[in-house]
Amino acid sequence: MRRALLISIPYLWLLVLFLIPFVIVFKISLSDAAIARPPYLPTLELSEGWASIKEFFAELDFENYTFLGEDPLYRLAYLSSLKIAVVSTVLTLLVGYPIAYGMARAAPEWRPTLLMLIILPFWTSFLIRVYAWKGILSTEGLLNQLLMGIGLVDAPLTILNTNTAVYIGIAYTYLPFMVLPIYSALEKMDDSLLEAAEDLGCSRLQAFWMVTMPLSRAGIFAGSFLVFIPALGEFVIPSLLGGSDTLMIGKVLYEEFFSNRDWPVASAVAVILLLILIVPIVLFQLNQQKQQEAGK
Amino acid sequence: MRRFSWFNATSLTLGFAFLYLPMIILVVYSFNSSRLVTVWAGFSTKWYGELLQNEDFLQAAWVTLKVAFFASTLATVLGTLAAYVLVRGGRFAGRTLFSGMIYAPLVMPEVITGLSLLLLFIGIGLDRGILTVILAHTTFAMCYVSVVVSSRLVSFDHSLEEAALDLGCSPFEAFRLVTLPIIAPAVISGWLLAFTLSLDDLVIASFTTGPGATTLPIKVFSAVRLGVSPEINALSTILIAIVTVGVITTSLISKRAAVRQAKEERAAERST
Amino acid sequence: MAQTVFAPWEDSQEKPLIEFVNVTKRFGDFTAIDNLSQKIYAREFFALLGPSGCGKTTMMRMLAGFETPSEGKILLAGQDIGAVPPNKRAVNMMFQSYALFPHLSVWDNIAFGLKREGMAKDKIAARVDEMLRLTRLEKFARRKPHQISGGQRQRVALARSLAKAPKLLLLDEPLGALDKKLRQETQFELMDIQESTGTTFVIVTHDQEEAMTVASRVAVMDHGRIVQVATPDVIYEAPNSVYVADFIGDVNLISGKASTRKAAPASQSKPAPQPAKPAEPTSPSPSDERRPQPNAMGEWLHDRVLEPVLGKRDPNTPAPIVEQVTAAEPQPVSAPPEIPAGGLAITWSPDHPPLIASNASETFGGADVVLALRPEKLNISTTKPDAPNVLRGKVIDIAYLGNISTYHVQLDNGTMVKAQIANTRRVSRRQITWEDEVWLSFTTTAGVVLEQGT
Repeated sequence: MRRALLISIPYLWLLVLFLIPFVIVFKISLSDAAIARPPYLPTLELSEGWASIKEFFAELDFENYTFLGEDPLYRLAYLSSLKIAVVSTVLTLLVGYPIAYGMARAAPEWRPTLLMLIILPFWTSFLIRVYAWKGILSTEGLLNQLLMGIGLVDAPLTILNTNTAVYIGIAYTYLPFMVLPIYSALEKMDDSLLEAAEDLGCSRLQAFWMVTMPLSRAGIFAGSFLVFIPALGEFVIPSLLGGSDTLMIGKVLYEEFFSNRDWPVASAVAVILLLILIVPIVLFQLNQQKQQEAGK
Repeated sequence: MRRFSWFNATSLTLGFAFLYLPMIILVVYSFNSSRLVTVWAGFSTKWYGELLQNEDFLQAAWVTLKVAFFASTLATVLGTLAAYVLVRGGRFAGRTLFSGMIYAPLVMPEVITGLSLLLLFIGIGLDRGILTVILAHTTFAMCYVSVVVSSRLVSFDHSLEEAALDLGCSPFEAFRLVTLPIIAPAVISGWLLAFTLSLDDLVIASFTTGPGATTLPIKVFSAVRLGVSPEINALSTILIAIVTVGVITTSLISKRAAVRQAKEERAAERST
Repeated sequence: MAQTVFAPWEDSQEKPLIEFVNVTKRFGDFTAIDNLSQKIYAREFFALLGPSGCGKTTMMRMLAGFETPSEGKILLAGQDIGAVPPNKRAVNMMFQSYALFPHLSVWDNIAFGLKREGMAKDKIAARVDEMLRLTRLEKFARRKPHQISGGQRQRVALARSLAKAPKLLLLDEPLGALDKKLRQETQFELMDIQESTGTTFVIVTHDQEEAMTVASRVAVMDHGRIVQVATPDVIYEAPNSVYVADFIGDVNLISGKASTRKAAPASQSKPAPQPAKPAEPTSPSPSDERRPQPNAMGEWLHDRVLEPVLGKRDPNTPAPIVEQVTAAEPQPVSAPPEIPAGGLAITWSPDHPPLIASNASETFGGADVVLALRPEKLNISTTKPDAPNVLRGKVIDIAYLGNISTYHVQLDNGTMVKAQIANTRRVSRRQITWEDEVWLSFTTTAGVVLEQGT
């Protein structure tokens, strides 16, 4: 009895504040926009009995999804989100792997400090970390000052308000997510494996390629998904660093909702985004499970 | 050590430079006397003064702290409970759904969580304001707390609880006298995580907030959308300083405790 | 046997402290305990022994109250305790991991259960001090569990579980985490404490040496059933099945076909072989020549050991050893005349003469049997000895263990047999070495004949 009570408190909380809201989103995505309050039709009137409920269901349709499929803006937004997420994930991996490798090879007494230095930025405000790049990347920003100062470029580069700025922003803010899983995979690796590989005739580079890389693959997968999944629905980074032509679905959704006040379309956008996300989430889960089983 | 070559040293140096330079620049320029953030014009603390004069920011900071405190406390209670149910609850109807609902918010894009909660609050006719933000933050933060606490509970020797029962505790007493003191560090870090997440959140708060409940991130976001401002640099510096001091202190404390425990354990083994 | 020997299980008037009545426990499809009945008496030191997954832990957890039987009853002093939660039972448990509360001092760990009872403060202090003295932990009262050694932690766990003076103390692999030397010392400490407190102990272990050392009775378990319950010496010397013989100690198992031995005249030319153990009944007397009788050992075995499993033996009708058996089975090799008649001849290999076991029940006549021979009951020599059972072979391996040596001998038909000899001489003077041709010999009562497949 008491056990049932214990279970039901967090359970009901999540049902009401997590699951039911999704059902509502799905339901509204099947409604039609209207100039009303709330701005969609039909609304469910339980007080008017069964006939009205039937009528309510009859009026729901997949019109908004057809609309999303036909309007190139949304198709492009999804594709561009995917592209930005993929490019940023690869960039994060390229930046993160050497860091994780260096940490794993550092002296054991240094590792906790290095680890803390990787985690520390995670505790500072996400917004501030994105904002920090605004001053650096702008045309008269520090990066351009530096590049022109050393004579690499003559005219300032336009980086801020482009996709490049978004890539940098994502790679910067999600770097800890990439470094930590790779580090924990590399740290577990036995140094004598590399010595064995060299003993058996590998060059250092070959040893890295044939031993270290495969052994850190699970960490690479985990890190990549941890960056890719949130990057796909990212809103803050494209809004602050991206330009008006940077299309990301999180931003589109936000604007659809607040600027256009088209709730049904915004809901449909959310449902499709969720469906797209299921694939990487499931892959991530499978990777984690495989790791756990291997760990046993 | 043999493998710690110049390559590793370079990659670590560059990597940490990439991580920390932007923040250092932010901090340095918060002391710039010029409003033009890209031109250094001398040391000044005037932006801190202006920030402290700015009623709007102070108001928003106060709202944020209130939200973060209540949301993280509630989230810690619910998240600990959820973790306990998940790890110790055994089988019950809908367990899979429950664990799914615990893990889903961790990977859910914030825009979707925010949108869905907003639609719920409108649907049930709840006026948006500080309460709705607290509810929203509690919901996603409890999932983080529950992940932190359940990872501690999993590694926790179940026989400790059984021993408490065996020695005459009711299940509730066993939780209060044995489980809770042992998982306390995880519960505290869960609370800190929840507090930080709530302080930091922009997207969910902007969906679920209402008039009079503007949080600091919302304020900052609307200010920086247009460009860089030295007041925001000053604010960022303050926040970075608080976090840095906090994280370093806690890690030093826990490191010292771990070192002492290891020393005592070695001494105990030698004494026999 | 002397009257002072503690053996309440032999007294039908004695009331058991614990009684399992047809207890079955299932976890989903898996049956952990299979229709098990067993009595445990007050002041006993009862060991549950078996490999992992045999159900011994489940049995103990049911006693502690962490599991409830799916079927059947568990009685504690006559009361059904099936529905009593663990915190309301007069049963305490010492956990395998010790489960010491890491945030409490040794003193507070021991006082934990007493405080839950709402005992007066000064009484708690007195009881805790008594426990600290009993386990010699006075010096460590203020320490936290991580500040004491493994052996001390083990004693804290014992003190804590004894503090409430339970009727029954359960010990889950109590010495498993200690190293070998400490484990042996602690075994005796445990026995002393059990005796001085008069508490009933039920211990779960997979370590047969530990069970044999500490326990008054050992229950060998397999697949949710108790295969044999007996005192350690009976378990070792008279296992009731191949499983028990194989599980306890080292054993050579020789499978063959048994046939009853014809009574031979003039069998007194040689004295009957000395029984391996004085407690064991001697082989049948020559006066029983005419009609083969179940021998005393077999009867004894049946009454003491097999009865709970196989049911009561009918004392009037001797076991059905019919002439038919000997008639149908052509006696492959006639027994050497100098060996007294009775018992069984076991035909097991065309390369070797049948083995003779005079202590076996003739009910096995015609059956497929296993002769279980402890290595230390075998003699090894370089010349053919004058013994009833002789096997020729070659030494393949010698394991020198200090006090004893184990010889791995390959018999003519390829079977490997182990023989153990006490090293009373120094190694350099030992006469048997690798590749030597040797004879293994043993008496007609050295082995135990067991039914195949048990």
